[in-house]
Amino acid sequence: MTGPVLILGARSDIARAIARAFAAEGHPIQLAARHAENLGTDRDDLQTRYGVEVSLHDFDALEVRQHEAFVDGLPVLPEIVVSAIGVLGDQTENEDDVEAALGVIRANFEGPALILGVLANRFATRGSGTIVGISSVAGDRGRASNYVYGSAKAGFTAFLSGLRNRLARQGVHVVTVQPGFVNTAMTAGMDTPGALTAEPSEVGEAIVNAVKKGRNVIYVRRIWWLVMSIICAIPEAIFKKTSI
Amino acid sequence: MKLTGWGNVPVLDCNVSAPRSEAELKAVIARGHAIARGNGRSYGDSAASRSNTIDMRNFDRMISFDEETGVLVAEAGVLLADVISACLPRGWFPLVTPGTKLITLGGAIAADVHGKNHHIDGSFRACVDWIDLMGPGGEVTRCSAGENPELFDWTLGGMGLTGVILRCAIRLRRVESGWIRQQMIPARDLDAAIEIFEDNLGATYSVAWIDCTATGDRLGRSLVMVGEHARATEVAPQHRHRPLHVPARPRRTFPFPLPGFALNPLTVRAFNALYYWNGKRQTGISTVDWDSYFYPLDSIAKWNRLYGRRGFLQFQCVLPLERGAPGLHALMEAIAGSGQASFLSVLKRFGPQDSPISFPMEGYTLALDFPNTRKTRDLMPRLDAITLAHGGRFYLAKDARMPAPTLARADPRAAAFAAWRRETGLAPAFSSSQSERLKL
Repeated sequence: MTGPVLILGARSDIARAIARAFAAEGHPIQLAARHAENLGTDRDDLQTRYGVEVSLHDFDALEVRQHEAFVDGLPVLPEIVVSAIGVLGDQTENEDDVEAALGVIRANFEGPALILGVLANRFATRGSGTIVGISSVAGDRGRASNYVYGSAKAGFTAFLSGLRNRLARQGVHVVTVQPGFVNTAMTAGMDTPGALTAEPSEVGEAIVNAVKKGRNVIYVRRIWWLVMSIICAIPEAIFKKTSI
Repeated sequence: MKLTGWGNVPVLDCNVSAPRSEAELKAVIARGHAIARGNGRSYGDSAASRSNTIDMRNFDRMISFDEETGVLVAEAGVLLADVISACLPRGWFPLVTPGTKLITLGGAIAADVHGKNHHIDGSFRACVDWIDLMGPGGEVTRCSAGENPELFDWTLGGMGLTGVILRCAIRLRRVESGWIRQQMIPARDLDAAIEIFEDNLGATYSVAWIDCTATGDRLGRSLVMVGEHARATEVAPQHRHRPLHVPARPRRTFPFPLPGFALNPLTVRAFNALYYWNGKRQTGISTVDWDSYFYPLDSIAKWNRLYGRRGFLQFQCVLPLERGAPGLHALMEAIAGSGQASFLSVLKRFGPQDSPISFPMEGYTLALDFPNTRKTRDLMPRLDAITLAHGGRFYLAKDARMPAPTLARADPRAAAFAAWRRETGLAPAFSSSQSERLKL
């Protein structure tokens, strides 16, 4: 199956790698982001490398009332949609500044959840499709260092889980992706441990594989499953005093 | 962060930034002493600046490919490996490629790399139509043989010291298949190897693996390998229906740095003898896939761990044709006499080249690698002296330790390059650890 793949939040490093991984399999690509006209070089790159059709679509995840119109405006309903929408934000700023915290919560939960909800309904009507949501291991347990971002991702993870449950008998599959650390602009300047840090291209390949195999929840580097299982198993009385 | 070249020595603590747009790049260049870094495959310190190393791998987009003419326009951070993945299925292969495909196009231009076909096609320069270069003030200049030719000339082989390469147009070679017809010719000694090279000047590709551990009348025994792109009809029957498609090779990773004692003169000698006798048994013609033929070491990721944590030193010189044979004899005798052994040694005949700062000239090039030990560090200046005495010069992409006076004596072009850089204001704006050491 090489139907079109819609990439939401197409400007990020992870999104670019995902677009390449799907294009390499021969899928036409729809790139959606704010100021999509600036994605011309990414379109040229995908077309030149893989000889697939690529279209650009203006999309603002936070304009939630425009989501239906955005989907209506697509030249064709995609076979697969991948949400790479999200911002890390700054935890300290989020603690003091309501606007900043609201931005992080909306960009990591509201925006991506609601657009995938719109697409889910369309896919369900059609009776086929795959929805891929990139969430975060930060959503597995709230921690002092990034709980605003983490809680928004936790909400998104729960949303994806519910969507998967609802659509399981309607021919639509939902994949939750937990990337762990990825070597991107988002983590630039952070000192991330090598064994836990994936390259964007690994995320792309992992997602293509997960879609092919119909996986439900994936950790891009499997070690993260173990790490998060341990972190989640620590009793709260102890956990609250740690700084992980 | 700590940076090294592929030789793992020297280790430099560098300020590294990885811009994502031309605006960000311009701001980074403005800090001065900037050097662009690609995929880190040069061996020494040419792609590292302590104060301002610019990781260009985010500039990795292909912009266009013309299937009629084979011209690819791409950003500087695109890997040669990606060029092959994209273009070989359409019947095109890089015109010039070095022994690894894991290099960026920017790096290939900066080092003006060469391949096994230098005697026919020249260096990487031969396939470059134009380059877009960002200068000290963030201005972007297109240069080619016809437009800003001086800048173009110094940029090919200029080791990134003329500005940051942003984009380029390169011309590829049309091929009918992804396979190479290789002929293996054993040479009992150095003179025999040279004779084979001279007899095969018409072959598209030629290169020799040379045993630097053999002595006496076996000094310089070699396996000369010549090759041609296979025509579609020459591909093995089981692959003939898709001649451009080559089954992927398994990739392995060298698991950990070998302890220092593992690679000693004794084990290196044993390896080289085995390699020679094994190669000799394979004398004759065979068909080899492009990946195994051009990039045998790429199938083992991090193969540089073979040399352990101390790293290794590369030595590569070229000797002019008329003094090639005596010079090579002297080099081989010095190496064999030192008791130090080069693990992988490569001999190659270069064709004529006349460009302002690129490494190749008509003659013979010898590439050696040694574990980084006190004894091999002592050997290097002796090899330098022999090279100088025979009118040879050195490959900067391999260099990690040459003193400035050695370069100045080997290559009068270096002083002209340095002077031109000062005049044009490129000298303080762009610099690497290597350029500071070599006073370029």
